[in-house]
Amino acid sequence: MTAITESNTTHQPIRKELLIDGYEVVIGIEIHCQLNTDSKIFSSSPTKFGNEPNTQANIVDLGLPGVLPVLNEGLIERALKFGIGVNAELGLLNTFDRKNYFYPDLPKGYQITQMENPIVGKGYIDVIVNEGQKNEYAKRIGITRGHLEEDAGKSVHDAVPGMTGVDLNRAGTPLIEIVSEPDMRSASEAVAYIKAIHQLVTWLDISDAIMAEGSFRCDCNVSVRQPGEEFGTRTELKNLNSFRNIENAIKREIERQIDIIEDGGKVVQATMLYDPEADETRIMRTKEDADDYRYFPDPDLLPVRIEQETVDAIRASMPELPVVRRERFSTELGLSEYDARILTDSRELADYFESVLATVGTEHAKLAANWIMGDLLGALNKDDKTITDSPISEVQLAGLLKRLNDNTLSGKLAKQVFTALYDGEGGNEADAADKIIEAKGLKQETDTGAIKAIVEEVIANNQAMVDEYKGGKEKAFNGLVGQVMKASRGKANPQQVNQILKEILG
Amino acid sequence: MSDLHHLSIAKLVDGLQNQHFSSVELTDHFLKRINTLDKKVNSFITIDEEGARQAAQQADDRRSAGDNSVLLGLPMAHKDLFCTKGLLTTSGSKILHSFGSPYDATIVSNIREAGAVCLGKLNMDEFAMGSDNESSYYGAVHNPWDLSRVPGGSSGGSAAAVAAGFVPFATGSDTGGSIRQPASFCGLTGIKPTYGRVSRFGMIAYASSLDQAGTFGRSAQDCAYLLQPMAGHDARDATSIKRDVPDYVADLQSAAAQADADKPFAGLRIGVAKEYFGKGLDAEVDANVRAALKQYEELGATIVEVNITDPEITLATYYMLAPAEASSNLSRFDGVRFGYRCEDPKDLADLYTRSRSEGFGVEVQRRILMGTYALSAGYFDAYYTKAQKVRRLILQDFKNAFEKCDVIASPTAPTAAYKLDAALDPVTMYLGDVYTIGVNLAGLPAISMPAGFTESGLPIGLQLIGNHWDDSKLLSTAHIFQQHTDHHTKLSATAQESI
Repeated sequence: MTAITESNTTHQPIRKELLIDGYEVVIGIEIHCQLNTDSKIFSSSPTKFGNEPNTQANIVDLGLPGVLPVLNEGLIERALKFGIGVNAELGLLNTFDRKNYFYPDLPKGYQITQMENPIVGKGYIDVIVNEGQKNEYAKRIGITRGHLEEDAGKSVHDAVPGMTGVDLNRAGTPLIEIVSEPDMRSASEAVAYIKAIHQLVTWLDISDAIMAEGSFRCDCNVSVRQPGEEFGTRTELKNLNSFRNIENAIKREIERQIDIIEDGGKVVQATMLYDPEADETRIMRTKEDADDYRYFPDPDLLPVRIEQETVDAIRASMPELPVVRRERFSTELGLSEYDARILTDSRELADYFESVLATVGTEHAKLAANWIMGDLLGALNKDDKTITDSPISEVQLAGLLKRLNDNTLSGKLAKQVFTALYDGEGGNEADAADKIIEAKGLKQETDTGAIKAIVEEVIANNQAMVDEYKGGKEKAFNGLVGQVMKASRGKANPQQVNQILKEILG
Repeated sequence: MSDLHHLSIAKLVDGLQNQHFSSVELTDHFLKRINTLDKKVNSFITIDEEGARQAAQQADDRRSAGDNSVLLGLPMAHKDLFCTKGLLTTSGSKILHSFGSPYDATIVSNIREAGAVCLGKLNMDEFAMGSDNESSYYGAVHNPWDLSRVPGGSSGGSAAAVAAGFVPFATGSDTGGSIRQPASFCGLTGIKPTYGRVSRFGMIAYASSLDQAGTFGRSAQDCAYLLQPMAGHDARDATSIKRDVPDYVADLQSAAAQADADKPFAGLRIGVAKEYFGKGLDAEVDANVRAALKQYEELGATIVEVNITDPEITLATYYMLAPAEASSNLSRFDGVRFGYRCEDPKDLADLYTRSRSEGFGVEVQRRILMGTYALSAGYFDAYYTKAQKVRRLILQDFKNAFEKCDVIASPTAPTAAYKLDAALDPVTMYLGDVYTIGVNLAGLPAISMPAGFTESGLPIGLQLIGNHWDDSKLLSTAHIFQQHTDHHTKLSATAQESI
């Protein structure tokens, strides 16, 4: 990686192609990412999604009189992993602050967060914008900070007619709020950034990051300006729950703001909601009635000092990051950019791939990549599964590829064995492919004598084709090959069949 | 059996262990006194007769089965800010008039497991905010030495109940003097331990960085008995400290045993700060405290002059920080999940505003407003941040003083108990805390014990302040004094009443 340590906020060159009606778009993003500890940030309640309302809220989550928070230590490690993953300065002295406001889903009347001393300081992440498209380019996005905080509960407006219900299952769920610099200049850059962060947190196994369940929530701050001018007034798009909605919401908001300015108006600082049905953004509330949150250090929680040894140990245990691994896949294994990108889509997939290589050898990287990306991912996609659900283990796939490499199987036979493997035939062991080959008699015929006998028989029975071929009709040759393969029930080695046919027919 | 309430804890323990009386008899005795005499004192908010009799019976059963635990079967009561499962826990406020806690505070379960029998919950200033127990929604408490006077606060009910002979000892909490000042007003010994010594889990917070639970008794030794099961680390309180807990009773007894008979305090350096004897100090209090210090000197102690932070600066610092924390701590009382909710709220804002305006008393509302102001944007640095800086200086001044002395002595309060209808303005009332609050800001342990009486027979308290974790040393220093003096043996008017 190149050693750029400063965010490029101030000195970012303007990409003319990103200007919209001459306006430059400026986007900064806050991501609330749920960290995947089993219990909550300050209580022992579980953090599972989708349980009956208020079944996972204990006395601490309910904010009963007299209860006290105790920090779940598992979050420190997760947050530090994230910090290392975004090349950030780490906050070794952690303090917690109270953000005071009244709302029914906020049981204590304050949220515990990190205002003064966050665990993750300034960092950056390298992203690829428009990945896989012609106008793809790399960009570095600055990260301002990442801090630990507790989630609020949920107000439920549709459970009891005329009343608002409160579900505190989510209250106290651990979050890391990741704040970016206002470095993004288009909806595509915003999406590329969010995807990169999403990939990182799942790669590091610190978050499930399921947008639809709210464990990865994005708020986008959007403004427009004439190039070179000060930042325009920003609006905040809240609660965007899919990449598609993020992209559309930002685009619509940019259009809305430009329209206002073009009509001689002024953008008002506001929180916006995106309506995917109408594909438009609407003002939820303006910031004029902004609250004073009266932040102050939480006296119930003592400062948490993190030792350098802890950081060193976590750093040593960090998995190779996606960017680095992708780079290695192309340079060391000779994969194309495209293949390297697909195979580093998730850490599990990359691990699977390398695990197969460990058995078949890195010289067969391309072959392994093709089988994983083509046949395996194709089959998994069709079943709506991911690599972790693969019915074919790494060693089983490697066992299949070995039989391809040693000519036991032809490509066509190998596909048959693959299908059987995928369907669970051949048992759970590493030699499942061999068992299938054995049981189904799929071994490729490579004995020259045996193939010759079949070829001679086919020639004898298909004199018309032979004549056509000899008369100059090249296509007839393929017909003969087909007949030989059919007669061998697909098992004859196709190269040998070709060769022997040519020898005999002259 | 009619004067069981005059006995020290040591005698009560002895009586139970040697089966001179049972826990059921003892419990009955105290319940009868409460039922007969507390109408005049109003020290209890909740009397749990049924629970107490059951617990006493269980204690007697355990005794028969061979259990000889020290506190087994001893009656006591809790200040009403400690959450008690199945019992009303009000913190002296209307807003919690209906709050039956679903859980026990750590100290409540610890004391129960030690075998003590809880007779009920004691009156207090609303949310522990006050120095005379007049801010309680459940009515003022009357001082057993003179029913027309206040018992002090905020643990006024705890002090009055022990002084009246309703319980032999009781828990309290101390944020700015709330154990020591009522102990002083009611002729008792009361200890506020080092911050972090006793778990705060289940103690309804006033100002989290200052609150600390402690005990009331008629002597230092009585206090030590009840402090024992309360002290220690609690995984549910991040501010409680992992540190070995001494055996307080054994410590003070061995200290007394090892002390020289004539000069038991030989080698003890008592720091006296002129800042604690300044304007506003009642002449009788001044004279009695100085006389007590003279007794310490006669018993071998050396008096050394020390300096501590100007009490007026300390007072200002406290009244910045404590309300700031309180304003946030009390946000959870919003009428949504538990406690008082206003009738027919129009909307959410109305629900909050009226539930809180109707549910909190005047003093609590005053402190919430002060604290909210101190934390507000634009004022935060000038008030809260500055007060935190001063707080560190106050601690440093104490640390410097402890370079020169072992304990610091002062009057506990500038006056003896004043009249119930004195109707002090808030600032005058706050000035009553002037000698006690520095201790909380510095997280130090301190004890108050009887040091004499006014002409009219009202008790006067002497405060001893220790260095961090010197709780045991404070108890010994008070205990040995009490072995050589008799101020602590005097009984209040109510305690002298038989039934």
